[in-house]
Amino acid sequence: MTLAAENLTLTRGGHEVVRGLSARLTPGEITAIVGPNGAGKSSLLLGLAGLLAPSAGAVTLEAGSLAALHPRARAQAIGYLPQTPDIAWDVSVESLVALGRLPWPGRGQAAIDAALAALDCEGLRRRRVSQLSGGERARVLLTRVLAGEPHWILADEPLAALDLAHQLGLIAHLKACAGEGQGVVVVLHDLAIAMNHSARVLVLKEGQLIADGPPSEALAPAVIAQAWGVAARWLGEPGAMALATGPGPGRAEQGFG
Amino acid sequence: MNRASLIFLALLAALLPLSLLAGRVWIDPFDTRATANAALILAELRLPRAVLAIVIGAGLGAAGAAMQGYLRNPLADPGLFGIAPMAALGAVASFWLAPLLPAAVAAWSLPLLALGGAGLGMAALALIAGRTSSDAAGGAGGGIALFTLAGLMLASLAGALTALAITLAPNPFALSEIVLWLNGALTDRSWREVALAAPLIAAGIGMLALAARSLDALTLGEEAARSLGLDPARLLLLLVVGIGLTVGAGVAVAGIIGFVGLVVPHLVRPLTNRLPSSLILPSALAGACLVLAADSIVRVLPFVTELRLGIALSLIGAPFFGWLLIGMRRGRL
Repeated sequence: MTLAAENLTLTRGGHEVVRGLSARLTPGEITAIVGPNGAGKSSLLLGLAGLLAPSAGAVTLEAGSLAALHPRARAQAIGYLPQTPDIAWDVSVESLVALGRLPWPGRGQAAIDAALAALDCEGLRRRRVSQLSGGERARVLLTRVLAGEPHWILADEPLAALDLAHQLGLIAHLKACAGEGQGVVVVLHDLAIAMNHSARVLVLKEGQLIADGPPSEALAPAVIAQAWGVAARWLGEPGAMALATGPGPGRAEQGFG
Repeated sequence: MNRASLIFLALLAALLPLSLLAGRVWIDPFDTRATANAALILAELRLPRAVLAIVIGAGLGAAGAAMQGYLRNPLADPGLFGIAPMAALGAVASFWLAPLLPAAVAAWSLPLLALGGAGLGMAALALIAGRTSSDAAGGAGGGIALFTLAGLMLASLAGALTALAITLAPNPFALSEIVLWLNGALTDRSWREVALAAPLIAAGIGMLALAARSLDALTLGEEAARSLGLDPARLLLLLVVGIGLTVGAGVAVAGIIGFVGLVVPHLVRPLTNRLPSSLILPSALAGACLVLAADSIVRVLPFVTELRLGIALSLIGAPFFGWLLIGMRRGRL
């Protein structure tokens, strides 16, 4: 089930935040969306999730327009994890994960159990969300998305506020999902994680797609210089690369004024 | 039906007979020489009053649970958001209009105008907040914030107009009638009021129950809720009509009874899994218990004139609200 943006333009508060973007995403791999602050990453993810209506162009799921899909059918196909997921009520982990089943009829206990098992959250089942650590909370919120058994998992900076070990743990879970054939799209800030763990990277700058491809191409130093205005080079071996940065030509010319 | 519902159902079953026996005239259930008077008091005074207390309390409890779920805030009270003040304004207007109407209509003018006021409030809320919720679907967000502001705007407008109506009261008698009525009470209510309010409140609770799963989805925030298939426009409609019916019909027959919608969901929440859907039915039952118990107590208090139920509940409710605020500051909510 492919998810595609076709000449997609998104408008928020009267401003075009994504302009004329086209990309056909394939399931079974992790696609990372990266770009400087304000580049339109989160808006693009909302658009792909069908939660922000296109002002021009379209998002299609398989062959049909996402906008024409009934909200319930869309919710069954696409799971979305917001950037700052707040939880209004101090519910138990199991109740929270069960919310992921809302698009489906019935309770779906089997899917809830499977999702809890997949993310090693079985021991947290009876815990209240207020009693979770930051890492546990992030894992539980992703479990909620998995419980809905979506074809696509769209997560907005799921690794923010996690320490290194938890970041790698969560990425491993997302990789496992992709391995099962689900589509995974994540907005990332950490370019090294995008480099090492994604199969494809979309680089946004000012609402436009400036690079799209395997990370070694889309995150080449030239692209990083163009998007962020930072001179950078990759160190290390494939799969374990680190980014070394220095002041770039763009930043040096602009100064900080 | 969950555990909390069973608890409050049992409590209600225990409270009802007690409430029927309590009052200025205590009725002894074991007195075999029961007089015709006792039967009359039961059938025509106590029973309709108790049923009305149950119906109104249930409506306020359910509305409070739904409102807190929608606003994702444990301090929300359905009375704060325009509909109760608008219903009260309609009722106050009837004190002016009743003398101008034919007698047959005038007898019903207060509840009907109160319902009209609630309806007007609902329409205004839906118009203002409905537009923003479709905006939110387009990504502008802030649907719930605008709903709150629109409700507060309506509440203060209705409050100001009600105050104006009071200061311009045609005569001192009308003035005292209005002021007394604004502090809700169930004194001297009959089956007539029950017949008017019960179907509307039952329909309103039904609407709120239909909104329950959408309210659960909102636990995760507006965007996540929409990603789970929530239809913001449908939810807003169910909520505005459901709260309009439950609160509006209550105000129409009993005046303003505050704090039930705020306090009850708090008492019930720890007994449930804390999701709004598990809270609506037990809050309705607990609201019925609270209003029934409070009304029975004001009836037997040794005052010359009966303490108004609305005043009594606010006397309990306001300190409770303060206690909640302190608890919230300590992060225990």
